Amino acid sequence: MKRRAFLATVVGLPLVAQAQSRDEYFSSFNPDALAKSVTGGVAARRGRVKLELPLLADNGNSVPVKIAVQSPMTPADHVRSIRLLSERNPEREMAVFHLGPRAGVAEISSRVRLAGSQRVVALAEMSGGSWWMETADVVVTLSACIDGTG
Amino acid sequence: MAARIQLPREAKRGEVIQVGILIQHPMETGFRLDSDMRKVPKNAIRSFVCRYNGEEIFRAELSPGIAANPYLQFPTRVEASGEFEFSWVDDNGVRDTARETITVA
Repeated sequence: MKRRAFLATVVGLPLVAQAQSRDEYFSSFNPDALAKSVTGGVAARRGRVKLELPLLADNGNSVPVKIAVQSPMTPADHVRSIRLLSERNPEREMAVFHLGPRAGVAEISSRVRLAGSQRVVALAEMSGGSWWMETADVVVTLSACIDGTG
Repeated sequence: MAARIQLPREAKRGEVIQVGILIQHPMETGFRLDSDMRKVPKNAIRSFVCRYNGEEIFRAELSPGIAANPYLQFPTRVEASGEFEFSWVDDNGVRDTARETITVA
């Protein structure tokens, strides 16, 4: 029993430590501050935006991303633009997509580059002037952009 | 630069279709080194516009944060048969255009 308890401690501890450090790592990113730098000081509310990114990417060079925003897409109420922001990339604003009521639905797919594990932010600007956001945490095992070897 | 376009050949009037385009472009970040260990200058597609029968339906501002050979998929409602025109410009000022037609019944 002693041996078993010892093993559990030795094997279990690094796992717990790793789990904590992952959470701590992602919570060190402040998406609200990043969002405000784009919205011109307007606080973006959570919701309406759906951001699909893989939890784990083997390679930061090409990570599939899909953004969907809940909106009736009518001339009176539609999504004006969708922005993709990165916490760690040399260029914070990865892309801006401009939509209009003609789009019918607000759904964009693309592939992004990520310079390491980070929290990705999707921001949607509505025709009424309100901003909505969603974040996704992605673990990147091999990053893009900042390493000189690629 | 070449592009591959994903578009249904036919659609019903008023239908929302997904338009996909894959553009051949390195989207250089400016951080990559070539075989002589010199930095490859930054060169990315910055502006992308899609027009349908002359009317702008989608516009995007891109950066090196978009993967090489950028892929974009976006929706649009089609009301009449016509032509999609995609055009883009990169950091070197190189412009290109691709076209595809659709029949709307």
